[in-house]
Amino acid sequence: MTAHDPLIAQAPDPALSSIIKLAVLAVGGQGGGVLTGWIEDLARQNGYAAQATSVAGVAQRTGATVYYVEMAPAAGGTPVFSLMPAAGDVDVMIAAEMMEAGRAIIRGFVTPDRTTLIASTHRALAVSEKMAPGDGIASSAEVMAAAEIAARRFIAADFDTLAIRNGSVISASLFGALAGSGALPFPREAFEAAIRSSGKGVEGSLRAFGAAFAEAQSPTSDAPETRPAKPALAVNGPARLTAAWADLQRRALALPAPVHELALPGLRKVVDFQDIAYGAEYLGRLESVLARDSVAHCYALTREAAKYIANAMAYDDVIRVADLKTRAARLTRIEGEMRLRDGNLMQLTEYMHPRAEEIAGLLPATFGARIAASPVWMARLDRWFSKGRRMRTDSLLAFVMLHAVGGLKGWRRRTLRHAQEVAHLDQWLDTALGVLPRYDLAVEMIRCRRLIKGYSDTHARGQSKFDRVLAATAQIADRPDAADWCRRLRDAALKDEEGKALDGAILTINSFA
Amino acid sequence: MAERSFKAEVEHLRLGEGETFTGEGILAITKALLENGVGYVGGYQGAPISHLMDVLADAQELLGELGVRFEANANEAAAAAMLAASVHYPIRGAVTFKGSVGVNVASDALANLSSSGVTGGALVIVGEDYGEGSSIMQERSHAFAMKSQFWLLDPRPNLPSITKAVSDGFELSEASNTPVMLMVRIRSCHVTGSFRTRDNRRPTLSVRDALSAPRSDFARVVLPPMSYAHEQDKIRNRWPAAERFIRERGLNEVFGSASAPVGLVLQGGMYNGVIRALQRLGLADLHGNSRVPLYVLNVTYPLVSSEFLEFCEGKEQILVIEEGQPEFIEQQLSTYLYRAGTPVRLRGKDIFPMAGEYTGQVMLDSLTTFLKQAAPGLLAAVHRAPNEDRPQIPDLSKTVPIRPPGFCTGCPERPIFAAMKLVQKETGKLQISADIGCHLFAALPPFEIGGATMGYGLGPAANAAFGGGGASRAISVIGDGGFWHNGLSSSFGNMAFNKSDSVAVIVDNYYSAATGGQDVMSSRADNATKATRNPISKALKGIGITWVREVNRTYDVGHMRDVLREALTTGKPGPKVIVASSECMLNKQRREKPLAAQAIKEGRRVETPRFGVDEDICTGDHACIRLSGCPSLSLKRLDDPLRDDPVASIDQSCVGCGNCGEVADAAILCPSFYEARVVHNPGPWERRIAALRARIIGWLQSRRSARRLTFEAAR
Repeated sequence: MTAHDPLIAQAPDPALSSIIKLAVLAVGGQGGGVLTGWIEDLARQNGYAAQATSVAGVAQRTGATVYYVEMAPAAGGTPVFSLMPAAGDVDVMIAAEMMEAGRAIIRGFVTPDRTTLIASTHRALAVSEKMAPGDGIASSAEVMAAAEIAARRFIAADFDTLAIRNGSVISASLFGALAGSGALPFPREAFEAAIRSSGKGVEGSLRAFGAAFAEAQSPTSDAPETRPAKPALAVNGPARLTAAWADLQRRALALPAPVHELALPGLRKVVDFQDIAYGAEYLGRLESVLARDSVAHCYALTREAAKYIANAMAYDDVIRVADLKTRAARLTRIEGEMRLRDGNLMQLTEYMHPRAEEIAGLLPATFGARIAASPVWMARLDRWFSKGRRMRTDSLLAFVMLHAVGGLKGWRRRTLRHAQEVAHLDQWLDTALGVLPRYDLAVEMIRCRRLIKGYSDTHARGQSKFDRVLAATAQIADRPDAADWCRRLRDAALKDEEGKALDGAILTINSFA
Repeated sequence: MAERSFKAEVEHLRLGEGETFTGEGILAITKALLENGVGYVGGYQGAPISHLMDVLADAQELLGELGVRFEANANEAAAAAMLAASVHYPIRGAVTFKGSVGVNVASDALANLSSSGVTGGALVIVGEDYGEGSSIMQERSHAFAMKSQFWLLDPRPNLPSITKAVSDGFELSEASNTPVMLMVRIRSCHVTGSFRTRDNRRPTLSVRDALSAPRSDFARVVLPPMSYAHEQDKIRNRWPAAERFIRERGLNEVFGSASAPVGLVLQGGMYNGVIRALQRLGLADLHGNSRVPLYVLNVTYPLVSSEFLEFCEGKEQILVIEEGQPEFIEQQLSTYLYRAGTPVRLRGKDIFPMAGEYTGQVMLDSLTTFLKQAAPGLLAAVHRAPNEDRPQIPDLSKTVPIRPPGFCTGCPERPIFAAMKLVQKETGKLQISADIGCHLFAALPPFEIGGATMGYGLGPAANAAFGGGGASRAISVIGDGGFWHNGLSSSFGNMAFNKSDSVAVIVDNYYSAATGGQDVMSSRADNATKATRNPISKALKGIGITWVREVNRTYDVGHMRDVLREALTTGKPGPKVIVASSECMLNKQRREKPLAAQAIKEGRRVETPRFGVDEDICTGDHACIRLSGCPSLSLKRLDDPLRDDPVASIDQSCVGCGNCGEVADAAILCPSFYEARVVHNPGPWERRIAALRARIIGWLQSRRSARRLTFEAAR
């Protein structure tokens, strides 16, 4: 054996601390490549050696993707840089979306000893979050909380909205936040020079850059997601109606506080849907629930009833859709969303597809029921009416047609659809209130109304889920944990479209019921 | 073609002697080819080497000046076969494709080429797509070098090393009469850096000149008995010549202190990762000077036994750092040590994970483990016995959703799969196979369509077993790229010949969209150097397929569904083929958005469509999303205490393709969707009519609101 070097441990090269390791975690299509290019250019123009890498390929197609840059002072030869970020070894982590910030934390790229985390708090929802028939949106609050612990410094703001407000895209605002964070040893002017030398959309980029720079230096608020206070709602109309409304409103406000918080918007919804008399009916229903409620439970039952009775009474029929589509406020809203400027015009096409059921639903209850029961007639109605209709509501003919249908409120109470909805509502309320004094169970059964939503097939599916949840609950209504099971069944029903989760939950119930 | 321009990149290719190139690795390789007097270049696009093909396609003028022939080959097999020009002629040729899939396709040609041997340098540049972000099955191209015996370069991932490997590769190929494969990993292809350029060189013999004096030599033909002689030639002459060249020219590198009890043997591509781990352990400085000896294999096949044994001399333990499996290099080196009867202990996959990418953490952990055992004195106390007190970071793995790639906003493939999903609602689940390309994203939620992919151009072939028909017909999906790659013969020829009673859907996006918009035979654009505008339907008719339906606007979901239904139910025998055509929206937008902006600026009339959702009408069931998955169709939480679930909402990235409206109509979902078409710079007549309409509509609206109660936010 040859004599070995005395291999003993030595302190690491102090120059190593001069390497800055920066990663960008983005959703494909967010311009991560542009941002990386600016950062590289910035470093090189300021006497640094820099290296960037990415894994492009399928990344541009909406998938999560990582860009990675390393830089160190160029003096003294070319440093050896790594081609990928390593857990626990990242100085600056830029997450171009909130869940990507979470992913960076999971992957260990954010550590309390060194990482400055710059994250945009906006959400680009993943398909799995959007698909759920209920609310499948992941919790940003959990990621925020974890980031506070994981990062040495945490800079968070909605850099997407900020960029759009300034006529640019998120790469520019994130670059501004990076400059504002002071995590890189370069002055603001050097960052701006990098944007200018790229030569594309310079003005917008610089505006977004400036706004984000300021935001990173002095955050406008601790909680970036707080909403502006809700403006009060004004009511307009003929004096006779506003006076009647004032009476109704007084009657609603007389309900216990936890109830009227929801009863007031509920009342507004049903009156907007139909008329003052319908509103009075709503309050009547509510008061009869209240009569069986008690302060001991903080009126939870009536509170939930206030919400779901309003939703049930303001069902989605053809008249409501036509009415909503032809209101002036809607047009104003769309013009705002489409950013209509002076001199622009807007063409509006509605995508409608009425079926025989909708037509039959508009007929008088008894006659409509006969038609609905006749397959021949339903087939005939389908032949006449059921097809995709593109209605140009900026044109007079289509608008007038829809406007006329939207004015059929006076007719509504006589229709088949109304009769069906009222019957269903009464049955649901009777069933739910019938389980009293099992108070928690009654509350959960009221809440099951959430399952009924959508139109046509979707509506039918919701209805069937609703029926199955109530039926399964009835099976175990005598168990002490029945309320809990009812809630579980409802959550399962909202998990997937086909109701697989619900099937599973019902099987479980069948096994012990 | 997608009509993107690579003119800026082409300028890089013109840099001369002593200038500095700064940019991506794959572009540096392109430049190096020209510096080394390449006579012809070809290949097939795919990440991460598409850029090489794109830039050369735009550099026709420069290539013309240099006398270099460029072919956009039909597939990787065609590309590899093109290297035949270097068999008899002393012309340098290079082809490029994606590994390992490209090597799979090209393997027949590569094997024959390797048997024949080459006179001119033949270089195969393979973009190895392994590890994070990879879009293909995980395999190593390495095995192909071993089986056909061509040489494999795996240079250190920096621009000077990569470009030197191009030059070394040509020379090694010529010195040993063997083709050489230059492997660049995906991050090396996209790594940025600089290198000093040289002047471009004309080939000493151009392919055009070669045609004036054709050559042949039957000793080079792969036929017995010459093929037996080729095999012997490989072992007796070409291999030793390669070993000599590798040693004499120092292609492999040794770094670090000459005598130490341990040493690391690594693939060149692993170098930066190894140095980073050593830096973190305090064993290498900023510039990569390592205290641990490194034997860097810039040539990973063949492995030079003598050089390796010299490196091992006096060492107690050696660690082989080889990414991927099987561990070919480790096995070979073990054999060398065993045959030499040395006591050196060889470590490798007993420490490193057998499968998967060598990430920073894997590298650090494995090197630490090795050094702890083999040379504990080297490690500082902190690494020998880490005593970290880190705060507990909450586990987010249940919170953060996965985000696989999917169809882009406005993708014309989305409505095809929405239609397929609707058909399956009528028929029940169908047997569906897929090909390679964007359409494979349909396998993911929300569509979950298709259960297999057997390779490029093989979608319908993968359904061949079901070609006899049954209770319902099998459906296969293939893209236009796959169709022309080899789908016409392997899939459709197969279907036609076997009178297959099944359905194939060809997704035609006007060019090879997934790889960046390169032209194929059926591209709709004119191309000065390529024959485009050859309809797929014509090719199908040419091979005797008669039931062909063309859908020229895939966004018409109802129509798409009806055509699919017809294909599944028609009584006609033989293959049922649907050609569904609409342009790739990603590339289309890149081209047309700036044009529209310019037109608006110039005062011309432009309509910009976008979709929207009426939030009062949407009930928050999200059925539309389950038939779409479009990135611009998202959810929004309403500020309404009466509503539980978020409602659908379309953001400003919408390109107005119409899919959501069409789906809502075809699936009879709901009336929430509307299309708002903003008319920029309308004409005076149009303006007058609109004003009149607005007046009448406004009168109707105010008349109604005067008679009822309205609730609105106080201003």
